[in-house]
Amino acid sequence: MVSETVELRGHIIDSLILPKVLDEIMTLGGTFEILHLAVGQRREDPSRAEVRVTAPDAQHLDAILGRIGQHGAISLAGDEACLVPADVDGAFPDGFYCSTHFETWIKRHGQWIAVERPEMDCGIRFDPATGRATTVPMHRVRRGDLIVIGHAGVKVAPIDRSSERNVFEFMASNVSSEKPEKPKAVVIREMAAHIKTARAAGGKVLVVAGPAVIHTGAGEHLERLIAGGYVQVLFAGNALAAHDIEQALYGTSLGMSLDAGMPVDEGHEHHLRAINAIRRIGGIRRAVEEGMLKRGIMHACVAHGVDYVLAGSIRDDGPLPDVITDAVKAQDAMREKIQGVTVGIMIATTLHSIATGNILPASVKLICVDINPAVVTKLADRGSFQAMGLVTDVEPFLRALAEHLVPAVTSRGVL
Amino acid sequence: MRPQTSLLMCPPDFYGIEYEINPWMDLRRPADPERARAQWRALYETLTETLGVRVELLTPVKGLPDLVFTANAGLVVPGRFVASRFLHPERQKEQPTYEAWFRARGYAIETLPEGTCFEGEGDALWLGDALFAGYRIRSDIRSHQGLAAMLGCEVLSLDLVDPRFYHLDTCFCPLDNRRALYYPPAFDDYGRRVIHEFVPEPIAVGDVDALRFACNAIVVGRDVVVQSGCDAVEKTLRAHGFTPRPVDLSEFHKAGGSAKCLGLWVPSCEDKKAG
Repeated sequence: MVSETVELRGHIIDSLILPKVLDEIMTLGGTFEILHLAVGQRREDPSRAEVRVTAPDAQHLDAILGRIGQHGAISLAGDEACLVPADVDGAFPDGFYCSTHFETWIKRHGQWIAVERPEMDCGIRFDPATGRATTVPMHRVRRGDLIVIGHAGVKVAPIDRSSERNVFEFMASNVSSEKPEKPKAVVIREMAAHIKTARAAGGKVLVVAGPAVIHTGAGEHLERLIAGGYVQVLFAGNALAAHDIEQALYGTSLGMSLDAGMPVDEGHEHHLRAINAIRRIGGIRRAVEEGMLKRGIMHACVAHGVDYVLAGSIRDDGPLPDVITDAVKAQDAMREKIQGVTVGIMIATTLHSIATGNILPASVKLICVDINPAVVTKLADRGSFQAMGLVTDVEPFLRALAEHLVPAVTSRGVL
Repeated sequence: MRPQTSLLMCPPDFYGIEYEINPWMDLRRPADPERARAQWRALYETLTETLGVRVELLTPVKGLPDLVFTANAGLVVPGRFVASRFLHPERQKEQPTYEAWFRARGYAIETLPEGTCFEGEGDALWLGDALFAGYRIRSDIRSHQGLAAMLGCEVLSLDLVDPRFYHLDTCFCPLDNRRALYYPPAFDDYGRRVIHEFVPEPIAVGDVDALRFACNAIVVGRDVVVQSGCDAVEKTLRAHGFTPRPVDLSEFHKAGGSAKCLGLWVPSCEDKKAG
């Protein structure tokens, strides 16, 4: 299904142009939705209508638009996209088109070109040598890059809910922790099914995780998911990695024994010693290769070829050598690793989840899990139909998810 | 029509069939220059001598055979000339001549946005306060929005569906504030409904008369200057209290025009409203 929005202006009611256009759309196999209708008050006042035209495919849509264009329907996508060369590095020309995370196309020489790497809050760069368009963040603009300005010749396709008969549409607005109709266990089972389907279709799963995953003892469940092939990319910060390594080396997280559930002597120093050990050996990968790091999430990532990006913050201890301390470089590393991701699971971290949500296309289905309803609401309401929130403690969630995807009898956690 | 309104015409010194831009034109059917001049003269005299119309003349230009069809020059309201934007390059060449004439007489020259075609009074006719305007064959419907904005009036857009009736004035003729001649098959269902909705007494014209350009008539009060030989229309006009003034303009049919095409109403600069 493809759509385009058209505008009709003039005495479209008295002249019967509006009903004529709507009739033509239907006759040619399309459907319409009147988005806006402003009727002139006096006889000489013109009216204005905005109509979204939907057709089964691009060919049908073009035929309809061609016909109704003769009756004055103008595509709001306008004519050709307007391109202006950037005059400085690292900044867009004035009036640059600001992207969304929806599928977007720009019109060049009568053809619609898909904009690669959909991402919100970027500009759109067109390369005449290759004929390709892509989003570009502000800092990556180079002088001379052709950047789209204004709204002319830009078409955006919001996610079509009607074609998605799956768990996400089913649960689209469920964020409350108290929804009585659907037990969490059922929800998690359905999420697991969806992840399985996504993997079977060749999509990658991205996990964004906060240190609470370790503190609550849920690390082993995430390890199981990684070993089971259900995680291809991990985004986190220094804290998750540090406490994961602390747990692998000392059995504690922030000095709390994960088995005994009690603080141990000098436990509060453990994470610093863990970080220090990794710094001394030269990084997480080296630690695994040298046999120093033998278990845990980071070990599983190295062992199973999971890409990870650890983005630093001003609160970090150390940090671990693998942490990218330059925020812009960290963003760019994340941008590279989201290619091919179709499902994102955001667990117990607000800031990394928001940062990730900022760069993901709307087509990626998101599962947002946190103990705090405010966090889940914030993440799930990012303007994408495909976000599903669950308010729950992280450990039972991950335990249940791992149980569904990698049942205990088959999991071995082998290198 | 107020006495200050004049009719702009152009003598057919250089009229002829030099290209084919409508279904009536055929280079193998050239116009007879003598007969064309005589027919035009007869029209001119009917208007000026019989009906007392003030006619102003545009100097003909060699190489602009359709300059005689002044109705397409644009649309005139007191003090303002809304210039046409012709679809065909052949007629676009006439534009500077029209603009110069109006500029010399103190009219403000106004243009519609580029990229939208508008072929003047040939495609836009007043009936009461509303402007009925044809589109799709020559004029774009988008020009109607511009017109409505410029003139502050309602514009009723009529889709022209028969290529032989390629300008509104070939199939629609307002007679007064209540009546108009029209040729139903030249419009679609919507157009016919609009005509019935907004013209209190529409008068349908039959095929035979329509194809003789009966709708392309010049109305002067209760007198209607119409192509001769349109018996049914003449009868209907009389029945409605109008006096038909038949004139043979068959040489101009070869170019797809008749009486109304050969004249453009020009309200004077001081006049309040076109008739």
